[in-house]
Amino acid sequence: MSFFGAPVFFLAAALFALGIYGFMTRRNLIVVLMSIELMLNAANLTFLAAARGTAQANEASSYAVFVILVAAAEVAVGLALVLAVFRLKRDSDIDAARDLRG
Amino acid sequence: MPFLPLIPLLPLAGALACGLLHLQVLRARRHHADARPAEGLIGTIATLAVAAAFALSLERFFALAGSSGERVLTWRATDVWIPTGGPAIPFGFRFDALSSVMCLVITGVGALIHLYSIGYMKGDRGFARFFTYLNLFVAAMLVLVLADSMPVLFIGWEGVGLCSYLLIGFWYEEMKNAEAGQKAFVVNRVGDFGFLLAMFAAAYWTGSFEFTGVNSAVEGGKLATWQTTVLGLLLFVGACGKSAQIPLYVWLPDAMAGPTPVSALIHAATMVTAGVYLVIRTHPIFDVSPIASGVVACTGAATAIFAGSMGLVARDIKKVLAYSTVSQLGFLFLGAGVGAYGASFYHLVTHAFFKALLFLGAGSVILALHHEQDLFKMGGLRRALPGSYRTMWIGAAALAGLPLFSGFFSKDEILAGVLGGRPVFGIPGLNWVLYAVAAATALMTSFYTFRLIYLAFEGEPRGHEHPHPNPTVITLPLVVLAVASVAAAVLGLPFGISHALQHWLEPVIGEPQGHLSHSAEILLLVGSGVIALLGFAIARATYGGGLAKAEARAAARPALYNALSARWWIDELYDATVVRAVRLTSFIAGLIDAFVIDGLVNGAASLAKRGAASARRMADGSTQTYALWFGAGMVVVVASLVLLR
Repeated sequence: MSFFGAPVFFLAAALFALGIYGFMTRRNLIVVLMSIELMLNAANLTFLAAARGTAQANEASSYAVFVILVAAAEVAVGLALVLAVFRLKRDSDIDAARDLRG
Repeated sequence: MPFLPLIPLLPLAGALACGLLHLQVLRARRHHADARPAEGLIGTIATLAVAAAFALSLERFFALAGSSGERVLTWRATDVWIPTGGPAIPFGFRFDALSSVMCLVITGVGALIHLYSIGYMKGDRGFARFFTYLNLFVAAMLVLVLADSMPVLFIGWEGVGLCSYLLIGFWYEEMKNAEAGQKAFVVNRVGDFGFLLAMFAAAYWTGSFEFTGVNSAVEGGKLATWQTTVLGLLLFVGACGKSAQIPLYVWLPDAMAGPTPVSALIHAATMVTAGVYLVIRTHPIFDVSPIASGVVACTGAATAIFAGSMGLVARDIKKVLAYSTVSQLGFLFLGAGVGAYGASFYHLVTHAFFKALLFLGAGSVILALHHEQDLFKMGGLRRALPGSYRTMWIGAAALAGLPLFSGFFSKDEILAGVLGGRPVFGIPGLNWVLYAVAAATALMTSFYTFRLIYLAFEGEPRGHEHPHPNPTVITLPLVVLAVASVAAAVLGLPFGISHALQHWLEPVIGEPQGHLSHSAEILLLVGSGVIALLGFAIARATYGGGLAKAEARAAARPALYNALSARWWIDELYDATVVRAVRLTSFIAGLIDAFVIDGLVNGAASLAKRGAASARRMADGSTQTYALWFGAGMVVVVASLVLLR
């Protein structure tokens, strides 16, 4: 099965592009975090789809679980950061936190 | 058995002790601004250190005289003091016929001058500092003469140069003195450069840094004639700087800015003879190369008459003696240049005695007159300072070469050496020219020496009615040196115990080259005596009748008098050429430094600054811009991995 042979890859690519788009354009920190989730899950989808029916299927599944775990941790840290920014700036806009501008 | 290195180590220890005492005085002055050094203690330590070195040298001298065979005492600290790619540099001393006499002169005259300085420097705030430098000087000078290799000699060479600089500018509160010190140091550096090149060339060509190695290689004919010529000329450049020969003599008259004992010790008796010592020490080089020895002889003769003429009209008592010293050093080189090393060295020794005597005598006059140095304001001191008068008269007679004084015999030996020695540049007729120059110089010498005596001691007082009497520490060294100035004649009496010094030196300098017949020698001896007496008579006729009459005579020949008074405008010439050229070069170098070198440095800095200014635009604080750069970077990395695989 070729890489572009399955429609599920197109779905994953679309999800990833959507994530990038959201990450780049949205201002709200929560939405930016959600966009990152989209990209992670696009990656997960690619893992599983690519390994389906091959000898490495189990391996791919375990990678997916790993990614979900990392994503959970990332969200926990990310939300804490959002809260901290909000407490400091009274704003959840991503451009509120640009004190390190060079 | 006494240890050879102790000879320089004793004065060095003295310098250390005096230096520590000076530091103590400086510390005390933090609380009491006018704290005084313990003059008695410091003077005693310093003088005893040199006197002990003299006693030790004397003991070694007799050990040397009693030894048979080659007559040399050596001491080696190590054969490999400094390892080099080529021959290793050893560290050792060599006490032979030549250096033993030098040691005796340095420590003997040195001890007397130390003693004298106790009186001369009394009450000076830098008393301890003065004796520190003076002791250090003696130590360095002893290293210079004892060295068995050129690098060790160079230590002493630079050490005496340093002490000379420190002591000329001893009263550095006055700008003039500090500048004189600097002038001496800078001019000496020119000579040092020549000596360093000579040292490296000698080591490169002969494979040895030691004098014995270099000399035997030259004597064995291992070097081509052009090599020995180059070597000789380079050595002579070094000797010129130290011994104040044309064109590097300008520093010595200015060096009179230092305290008078310094002028006596460093700038008359010892340091300035180092150049002559070097030439005699390396004499095989000059024996082989007629060009090098000819240059030595002609430079010496030119310096002798040139400096002598300047001394004719100088008004400063110390300047007269300074020009006389330059002139007599010219004589020494003239003698060395024609191969009359024994005569040259004999005159070196007698000159050390009578010139030190004259300087110390001048110092006693200066001290008695509250630091008056102008001869035209002296006069009539004969009654007030009889001790100075009598001893200085003896010194003057020796310098002028009046018959039976030591200078008479030593100067005559050089004159005889010029006629009987090897032909200068290989041209026999040239010796007669040089003889005429030397004879004319001898006449001048006799004239200006007695001019000094008449102006200072005879006639009526001009300005200073009530001079101080001098203490015993000042008059005692004068008396001893006066006795030595007469007695030194014994070292080289032409008949009877015939040329004692010459025979003593033969292991080092070899048999005298060329002989004059006995009748010729007697004729020259009479001629020298007549010349000296003639100069004395002219001085007496000119200055015996008082200053006014003498000035009237000078006014009759204004052009010559002015040229002499302005010292032939040599300092002005140097100012206009050398000094201005150096200034111009330094100005251009300054411009290059400001614009090219600094431009490069500043340019690099501003490049970094501007680069940073544009790079920081990437970091605008927006997370999403960072993400964009991050993504762009990823694309570049992945693309390059895929495409460049």
